[in-house]
Parts: sequence; structure tokens; C-alpha cells
Amino acid sequence: MDTLGSELSQYLLWAWLLPLIGFAVEVLGGFWGKDRQDRRAAYLAIACIGAAFLLSSFTFYRWGTETHWQAFAASDDSGHHSVASLADDGPEKPAHAEHEHDADHGEHSKADDHGDAHTHGDTSGHHADDTHHGPAPSYSGTFYTLATFGALNLSIDYYIDSLTILMFCMVTLIATCIHIFAVGYMSDELTDEYVDHNAHTSDGHHVHRPGRFHRFFSFLSLFCFSMLGIVLAGNIFQVFVFWELVGISSFLLIGFYTERKSANVAANKAFIVNRVGDFGFIIGLMILWTYCGTFSFGDTEVDGHEQPGLFSMIRGADGEIATSGEDVLLKTSGHDGHWVAPKGGQPTRTLPYFLLVVAGLGVFGGCIGKSAQFPLQTWLPDAMEGPTPVSALVHSATMVAAGVYLAARFYPVFTTEVLLTIAYIGCITAFIAATIAVVATDIKRVLAYSTMSQLGYMMLAIGLGGWAAGLFHLITHAFFKSLMFLCSGSVIHGCHHEQEMPKMGGLRHKMPITAYTMLIGVIAISGLAIPGTSIAFSGFHSKDAIVATALAYTKLNPVHFLLFLTPLVTAGITAFYMFRLWFYTFTGKPRDQHVYDHCHESPAVMFAPLLILSVFAAGCALGGEGGPLYQMIGNSEPLGVASGVEHSGVANIALPSHHAIHEVHSTAGIVALLAAGLGTITAFLLYCRPVVDPETIKRQFSGVHGFLVEKWQFDNLYDAAFVRPAHIVGRWCAGFDRNVLDCVLHSAAKTAVWIGTVDKKFDEQIVDGLVNVVGNVTRSIGMSLTVFQTGKIRQYVMFIAVSVVALFALLFAFMPKA
Amino acid sequence: MDAIGLNYVLAIGAVLFVCGVICMTTKRNGIGVLMGVELVLNGANLNFVAFARYSTMGLDGHVISLFVIVLAAAEAAVALAIALNFYNNHLTIDVDRGDELRG
Repeated sequence: MDTLGSELSQYLLWAWLLPLIGFAVEVLGGFWGKDRQDRRAAYLAIACIGAAFLLSSFTFYRWGTETHWQAFAASDDSGHHSVASLADDGPEKPAHAEHEHDADHGEHSKADDHGDAHTHGDTSGHHADDTHHGPAPSYSGTFYTLATFGALNLSIDYYIDSLTILMFCMVTLIATCIHIFAVGYMSDELTDEYVDHNAHTSDGHHVHRPGRFHRFFSFLSLFCFSMLGIVLAGNIFQVFVFWELVGISSFLLIGFYTERKSANVAANKAFIVNRVGDFGFIIGLMILWTYCGTFSFGDTEVDGHEQPGLFSMIRGADGEIATSGEDVLLKTSGHDGHWVAPKGGQPTRTLPYFLLVVAGLGVFGGCIGKSAQFPLQTWLPDAMEGPTPVSALVHSATMVAAGVYLAARFYPVFTTEVLLTIAYIGCITAFIAATIAVVATDIKRVLAYSTMSQLGYMMLAIGLGGWAAGLFHLITHAFFKSLMFLCSGSVIHGCHHEQEMPKMGGLRHKMPITAYTMLIGVIAISGLAIPGTSIAFSGFHSKDAIVATALAYTKLNPVHFLLFLTPLVTAGITAFYMFRLWFYTFTGKPRDQHVYDHCHESPAVMFAPLLILSVFAAGCALGGEGGPLYQMIGNSEPLGVASGVEHSGVANIALPSHHAIHEVHSTAGIVALLAAGLGTITAFLLYCRPVVDPETIKRQFSGVHGFLVEKWQFDNLYDAAFVRPAHIVGRWCAGFDRNVLDCVLHSAAKTAVWIGTVDKKFDEQIVDGLVNVVGNVTRSIGMSLTVFQTGKIRQYVMFIAVSVVALFALLFAFMPKA
Repeated sequence: MDAIGLNYVLAIGAVLFVCGVICMTTKRNGIGVLMGVELVLNGANLNFVAFARYSTMGLDGHVISLFVIVLAAAEAAVALAIALNFYNNHLTIDVDRGDELRG
């Protein structure tokens, strides 16, 4: 459609397909055959994902130069986020709708939407190719059409905007680091005889098996391919396909130690719990397909006609959902390639409002499953059964982020009711997970719960209308969480697969690089900053943005004050448990001398990725909301987010505008920093310079502690509510099968046998008897007739003569007399 | 000529026929049996000729009797050959000795 779009799509296509090629070669290349010490599979996987990263970076560069870095140009006036008259939303909107074209480059950009209203008014040039009505330049198109069934068009599309490019860069960079790290971490698989100390054979010995080094990397490649597929996808159906592929990769990687029962159970749990969410996803898909008739995100061109995508169908050029009574009016293509809101005599397409809500909730259901949100959060901690690089890549940095990414991508489809649901679910998840993390002792599980908690933050931000804030946190979190997971992997590797924090302590003397890179991650996630300045690691900026959004939201909707208080409290808890983890692991006296004596710093191949990631964890959000990262995300922001939403919908919710958020920004920043600082100090006092022994507190609040250790009883609840009933139903079914169905079958079989016996007797005695009788009679008649067959010719003549005489006699006797 | 009627001729044919049948049933000599056959044929011939003469059927009877004579000649030739073979096998032409086809 336009040259830049197709150019970018080619780069990203290859960045996307390279891991698939890697996967194919690793699977079919015969690595399983002879040499288990062969590292070539790993090098191939790293080469593929590394090349994908370079391609993504190049795409970023090309995109930037072609758009003259406009996304960042706005950073000058980003501080004000305030279009002059935004305080009054009403009159501003038509102005936006009118001047949606950027005269200079033929593309929209957020920068212009935010720009001075006067310059906006002056631009009136309409470019021929400027028919995309999006908030930002987005390029959509089709790589390959798989099939067309009537109006249903299944194709591999792309939808590229600044968010897509950013996600590509982030995913490939983190994946590259983790691939490199995994070469070190998985090196003990490079053997013909791997002893798995956590798996036992039936006679109680450890399981011995060949190493599976190459297999691990082929799964990682498959995962990268699937994840990039979600990011690049241009229609929701394609997203669903790669959504499931990600699920499969996750299943394979969680169950990588397939000999361990716990790993198998965790893999199944992750897969099944995700299915629950995907059920909602499918419902959403069906509703959208039935009413909108397309899966495509962006506008596409079909037979020379502009075919509106989902986003422009549901929200017009002004970013509003047009309603008529109970129905939502869907925008369809008008004349001259312009969108015309269907009014007057035009045939209109409508979608019942409640179905749009259901569709939004359904698609969000998929996000709940994938991003481990309440109430489907239970799989994520168990997924830590996989090797640590998997936890880092799949279960913290990227895959679980796919749910947030989709929620953000699908933002235009979500109504305010759905957004409120998203906000509350995010809020609940953030709080629950944070409280559980406080009592967890497994180093990886603490991080897993913190991942859930942070994902809750992201969802909360999206639900509150802080679209860019949520994605901002997604990116920063991906960096510092992958960093921390790799650090924990380094610790686990160094301590010879010891994961329990109570057995560690003082490790910073033994593994300084790991300890201090981890500290960077911990500070980043806690959101600490130097008061009075904006010098802070990435997590501060993104969390600050979310808390500010929450505060502005609460000001507009005082009823939902919990949506501000909970994340604030959670921010404090986050700082507390993260520092608890760090103090517990790296400071103090060694609690287990054996572990301490044998532990060692990891090799360079493992700590090099830590250093790279720590740079990004610390600095990727440089400049906060005026910085390049936030600006780039904001460039893709859907229409209507910036201006906020007035009270609307059943729930009567108002979403804050950027202006409103900015007003409370400094307050929110201080409050969030206070909470984080409080959490940090508490952790310091409890675990580093113990004023109070944590054990005493644990004993005093043993009820609460037990409740938290039991993960708020969710596993037990689900066990009682779903798993055990399912087992009972299963047993019933088995009993029914065995007692009733089998019984019927057996009696049917017995009857058949009995009928067969009877039939056999009938056959043998009656049918055969009849045949035999006929035969015997014929035979005996024949035998008796041999009497006449004397062979004496004179007798024969005699018979003939006598017979003839007899015939004549009969003839005369019975012939009627003429 | 008119004094001799159809019935006389038929009576002679019947006598010839019965003589032939009796000859066939009583003679054990194969040649004798053949002679009996000739008598039977000629008895039949006589019937044909008689019906041809005393009815309005024209020459049909004559022609058929000519055929019968020719057939009888051919039959005699075949039968004599059989008789010779029979003699070769049994050193006799007693037909009662040839009972190999007894059932």
C-alpha cells in the first residue's frame, strides 16, 4: 500500500521467520543422533534470534528516519500532554476529527495530535495515500492469503506501528540475551548420561537419560517464532493461532524435564488453565466475526475498495463508539475512501452493545489466561518447573506479556465496562500476587509472583485508560524481570540447583556480578528514585505513570478509590519482597555452609547477558514520560485515549485525559516513592539489620502466614471446586462405563454367542440334514434303478417292446373316444 | 388289385414287425439280432409304402421308405463292424456276454 509499510513488513517478516527456520533445522538437522556434546544447535538458535534482533533494530532505524523521528519530536512538549483546550473535551473532538491529517508526511502521528491547536488548524492538505485513520501511522497488509471462504478471509497479515517495532526489538533483544545465557545454564545437558536428581525411577534410582541440549534450543526458537507472530499479526485470528503456538511452546518448555512428575503436572496445568481463557477468546472471535465480518485490525484494500478493519469499524475517526439505542453503529466504507458514519439512508451495520461488551470480556479472558491474571493465575508459579532461562523468557519477559500486549492492541474494542473489569482484575492480581510473594521462599517463585503482580499493574493501567503507561511498564518490566530471572538462574546454577532462599545468604561475596546486577533489577522493580530529581531506574518511571493514572482516575470516579489505594500499597509490598529476596540471598551470613562453600560465580557466557540487560533495566526508560521510550509507545496510542472519556456506559465511568493525569503526576510520584521507600526500609530492618526477627512475626501471624503460603488457598479452592469434582465426575463416568456400558456390551456379546450356538445347531441339523436327505434319497433312488441297468441288450429291447405295448395300452385306455 | 386293401398290407407289416421284435429279444447271436432289426425296419417300411399307396399323401411314404432302406444299409455296415469288434474282444458274438455296461 505504501512503500515504507511494505519495506518494514519485509524486514519484520524475516525477523519473524528466522527463528522458525532455526527451529526447523534444529529439529530436522539430526542433532539428536550422535554427538550430545554438540553445541551447534545453540549457536544456530542464537544466530537466528540475533539476526532477528539486528533486523528489528534496522527496522526501527528505517522507521525512524522515514518518519523523521517524529515520534520523539514530541518529547519537547510532552511535559504538557495538554492540548490547549483539552480540559473541555466536547468542542475539542470535532477539531481532532477534522484535522486528522498530517500535511507534511502523509501520516498521522501522535505528535501532531498533541501539537499546538493552531498549527493543526492550518494544515489542510490531504494526501492521496492518507486514508488511514489511525492515531499513528500504522501499516497493515497481507503477506499471504491462506484461504477465502465466502466473506471469511483467512490470511497472514501484518500490522505495524511503533508499538510493533518496539515489541520486536524488545523481544528479540531479551531473547538473544537469554539464548546466550542458556548456553551456559544448560551446559550440563551436554552429555550422553544426564542424571536428573529430581526424577526417580520406580525402583528409587535417579533417572539417567541422554542430554537434551539441542531440544531446549529448538523449543526456544519455536517460542520466539510464535511470540513474534503475535506481535506482528494483523488480524485477531492470526493472533489466536500464534497464541496457541505460544501455549504449546510454553507447554513443551515447562515440561522440559519430562521425567519429573511435578514438571508434567505443571505443564498440563499451564496448558489447561490457558484453555479456559481461550474459550472466552473464541467466543469473542465469533461475536466479532459475526457482526463485523472481518478479523483484520487495520484497514485493508479488497478489490480496490477500502475495507475497514475492526478498529475503525468500532471506533470511527474520532475514536468514539457510535451508538444508536442498544446498538453500536459500525463504520463502513464510504465514498472516496473516506469513512462515513452510517447515517441517513445508507445501509448500516450494527452490533448490539452488550455483545460488544461480551466480545471484549471474551478476548480479555484469553489475556487473563495468558497473563496469569486473577482468577486464572495459578499456573504461573507452577510453571517455574521449567529451566530458569524458560522462566525468564517465557514466563516473565515475553509470553505472559502477550496477554497485556493483546489487551492493549484490542483497546479500541473494549468498552468502558470491559475496561473497568480489566482494571479490577489487574488490581486484584497485583495485590494477591504481591502478598504471596512476601512469604515465598523459593527464589524463582518470588519472582514468579512478582511477575504476576506486575502484570496486574499493566492490566490495571490499561483498564484505567493509561494505555501508554501500561505498555511502558510492559517494556521496562520485561527488561528488569528477565534480568532478575537470569540472575536467579545464575544463583541456582552457582549453587548447584539449590532454589530455597533459606539455604542461601551472603552470596554476594561469592558471586558479585550476579549480586549487583540483581540489585539493579531489584531497585528498578521497586521503583526507587532519588527524591526531588528524576534520576531513577526504569521501574520508577513506569510505575509512577501507572500510579498517576490511577490517582487521576480515582479523582474522576471516587467510588473506585480502591483502584488507587491497592496499587499504592502493592508498590510498597513489591519493594519489600524484592529487597527481602535480595537481602535474603546475597547478604548476611551463609545459612547453609555446604551450599555457600560450593557456590561459584557463573562463567562469562552467563554474566555477559546480565550486564547487557542491567544496562537496559536501568536506563531504558531514560527521561521518564518525556523520554524516547514513552514517546514511542505513545505514538501508537489509540484514538481518544489522550482526551479521556466522560462518564459513560452502564458503569458510568470516566477515563482521565492525559492532561488530568499530568496534573496529579507529581503527587502520585511522591506517594509511590514513599510507599516504595517504606517497603525497602522495612525489608532492610527485617532482613539485613534485623531489628525484629522475621521468625517471630511469622509465628505471631501464623494464620496469615499459612494463608499466604497456601497462595490464598486458590489451588485448594480450585482443587475442591474443579479438579476434585472433575475427578468425581470422571470416576462416575468410569463406573458408569464399567458397570452399565460394559455390562450392556458384555450381555450383547453373550447374546450374540448364544445366538451363534443356536444357529450352528440349526445349520448342522436342519439345513445340513435337509441337504443330506435330498442327497441320500437321490442316491438310493439311483442305486435302486441300477437293477434295470443289466447291460443285456436283449433285455433292453424287451423293456422297450413291453413299454411300447404298455404305452399303447394306456393310450387306448385313456384316450378320449373320438 | 382293389381286392387287396390297406388293412391286409398293414397286417403283414405288423406281423413282420412283431417277428422282428421277437427275433431281437430271443436271438443271442448278434447277427440274428441285426436280422431282427432289419425285419422291424422293413415292417415299418411296408407301413409307409402302404399309407402312401392308399392315401392322398403322394410320394412322401415312398421317399421315407427309400431313406429307411439307405439308413438300414448304413446301420448294417456299422453294426457288422461292431459285431466284428465284439468278436475280437469276446471271441463270440453272443450278445448276452457283453454286459460290461451293467449298472
